[in-house]
Amino acid sequence: MSEANSTAQAPAQASPQAAPAARPLLTIRGVKTFYGNIIALKGVDIDVNEGEIVTLIGANGAGKSTLMMTIFGNPRAREGTITYAGNEITRMATHDIAKLNIAQSPEGRRIFPRMTVFENLQMGASINAFAHFEQDLERVCSIFPRLKERLHQRGGTLSGGEQQMLAIARALMSRPKLLLLDEPSLGLAPLVVRQIFDVIRELNREGMTIFLVEQNAYHALKLAHRAYVMVTGSITLSGTGKELLADPQVRAAYLEGGRH
Amino acid sequence: MNAPSAAPTTGSPPHAATRPGQGGSEFLPAVKNAALAALVMLGLSIPIIAFRTENSMANELILLPRWRVVAVLCLIVFAVRLLLNLGGIHIARRRSAKRREILVTRVEAPTTLGQRIFFYAAPVLLGVAIGYPLITTLVNGGLSESRYWIDLGILVLTYVMLGWGLNIVVGLAGLLDLGYVAFYAVGAYSYALLAITFGLSFWICLPVAGILAALWGIMLGFPVLRLRGDYLAIVTLAFGEIIRLVLINWVDLTNGGAGIASIPRVSFFGIPFTADEDGFAATFGLEFSTMHRIVFLYYLILVLALVTNIVTMRLRRLPVGRAWEALREDEIACRSLGINTTSTKLTAFAIGAMFGGFAGAFFAVRQGFISPESFNFLESAIILSIVVLGGMGSQMGVAIAATAMVAGPEMLRNLGFLSAVFGDGFDPNEYRLLLFGAAMVAMMVWRPRGLVSHRDPSIVLGERKAISGALVKEGHG
Repeated sequence: MSEANSTAQAPAQASPQAAPAARPLLTIRGVKTFYGNIIALKGVDIDVNEGEIVTLIGANGAGKSTLMMTIFGNPRAREGTITYAGNEITRMATHDIAKLNIAQSPEGRRIFPRMTVFENLQMGASINAFAHFEQDLERVCSIFPRLKERLHQRGGTLSGGEQQMLAIARALMSRPKLLLLDEPSLGLAPLVVRQIFDVIRELNREGMTIFLVEQNAYHALKLAHRAYVMVTGSITLSGTGKELLADPQVRAAYLEGGRH
Repeated sequence: MNAPSAAPTTGSPPHAATRPGQGGSEFLPAVKNAALAALVMLGLSIPIIAFRTENSMANELILLPRWRVVAVLCLIVFAVRLLLNLGGIHIARRRSAKRREILVTRVEAPTTLGQRIFFYAAPVLLGVAIGYPLITTLVNGGLSESRYWIDLGILVLTYVMLGWGLNIVVGLAGLLDLGYVAFYAVGAYSYALLAITFGLSFWICLPVAGILAALWGIMLGFPVLRLRGDYLAIVTLAFGEIIRLVLINWVDLTNGGAGIASIPRVSFFGIPFTADEDGFAATFGLEFSTMHRIVFLYYLILVLALVTNIVTMRLRRLPVGRAWEALREDEIACRSLGINTTSTKLTAFAIGAMFGGFAGAFFAVRQGFISPESFNFLESAIILSIVVLGGMGSQMGVAIAATAMVAGPEMLRNLGFLSAVFGDGFDPNEYRLLLFGAAMVAMMVWRPRGLVSHRDPSIVLGERKAISGALVKEGHG
């Protein structure tokens, strides 16, 4: 999984599976979200095309997680539209959005601590009524062998890295086309972070579209086909992952602080 | 940590390897299972079979023990069960085998002595509960003499049922409800008013009372959908008080604080418990005794409580029950997994309230008199503390806590000998609340998550789509 080109990420258009025909899967146009009277997103435009890894980076409080939650309809966007695979989902209820083959690994993992790993994964599979529960379980267990070992342990007794794996695995149980990941590297050891990013790359190689929100800009940009930079509720920069990695502004703001 | 790619290769061989091994180790679990069945049989047969009543020479009723019959029956149950386990019924065996596969890690790893006690305690306690009227009769030397004890049993079981009903809302769905007594009141008044106004029988009113309480549960549920924790507790508390105040002030309907008296008594499925010719005693050729009704009430509340328990246990294994538990853990995660939290919460409120309504109807039919004062906040607090002390979500814990909380204070009345120690005029009953508080403090220090804090994973949902045993076992070593 961690092969040579991870150090020199190919530009998006050269990579074979990167945005072949650029068919948009998730389109966000002019989205404004408020918390009470405070504006959190000031008109955000983002495209996620089929088969891409798109990354959104930004500092604390920039509105990254708000955008993630807005896509899932909680809080709802006050203005603008969010379109997924041709359907407008801006005003849909969260649980209905989740039925459209979008899965989310929310910020802070939010696993069910008193339920076992197995039950957590069952909850993830409840959307498609356990249609292929067994295969999916074997699949996530082969992606995360650590979870297989912990299958009948309570979620709350897992380590932070294992909980993150569980959060991603639970999201995968619904066989999503689009996977939203909110800060999967938060609070994890560098080795575990690399493992998780390897998994993300592998999932994308199998055809899953991934929208990744990260503070760990270096890893995220290396992984991404395209990326956006968010500053206080607005998108200030966008481009391929490699372009942004080389961008002096991005380097100054997010990379040269030493977070590698 | 293994590389992800290594997993498929290590995953399949043990799968094949464990299959033959399973057949060989089938015998011991089958024997255990059969022994358990025999134990249950023993518990059940004590009240039903073990004694026979005979008329002695002096025309007195005497009890003849029939332990040999019991032993033979237990042996038969053991043998039949063993045969079934060892390959009689295909489906039953496959299912239990599959369950065993899934449960491997759970059964081997965390089974402490305490959990094992609880595992065997349930059938034993059930046997005791079923045989309770007989036991008290034997101890007190007569049915009428044991009236106090059977009444106490009814009271305890009422609170067990209320605790189990509230457990759905608080223990499973995690919605702190301080106004549960409102549904108890709705059930009680539903029965009282329907029975008096329209002359409907208890058996028709019972489901109606449950449905009405469930409707009120939904009515309470709607405004509090967005609330959690403290705020939810305050609103439900207010709801309970509103119902009580309405009952006091709507004098035309409820007769206000004076309450409703002479509520029709329970009948044996239409046969009244009277000394008449068409009464229960005459119909079954028994000598009339008021205790027939009391014993019938005892078994009625026992059945109602057991129904509550069974429904809860089944629901826990269905998607809705799983959703309740997930809701308790994390509401946002629930929603993003496609669970409709609105309907999940409303079903929890409705089903919890429904059992409260059943219990209320039972209360009314037992007392024959209800007034708003029976449904004050203290009742809610007691029911809630039963759930909390028992361990949120634990059925067994709730039953034990209800027994301790309701029967415990009653026991204090029987500690008269203490006055020999502390001097005359010492009444242990006066120290009821003090002891109560001390017990609470002790609980919170030593068992902060309740008597039974263990939560059984409810894996059965995946039973037929179970993962192979290999998958589970591999990581276990």
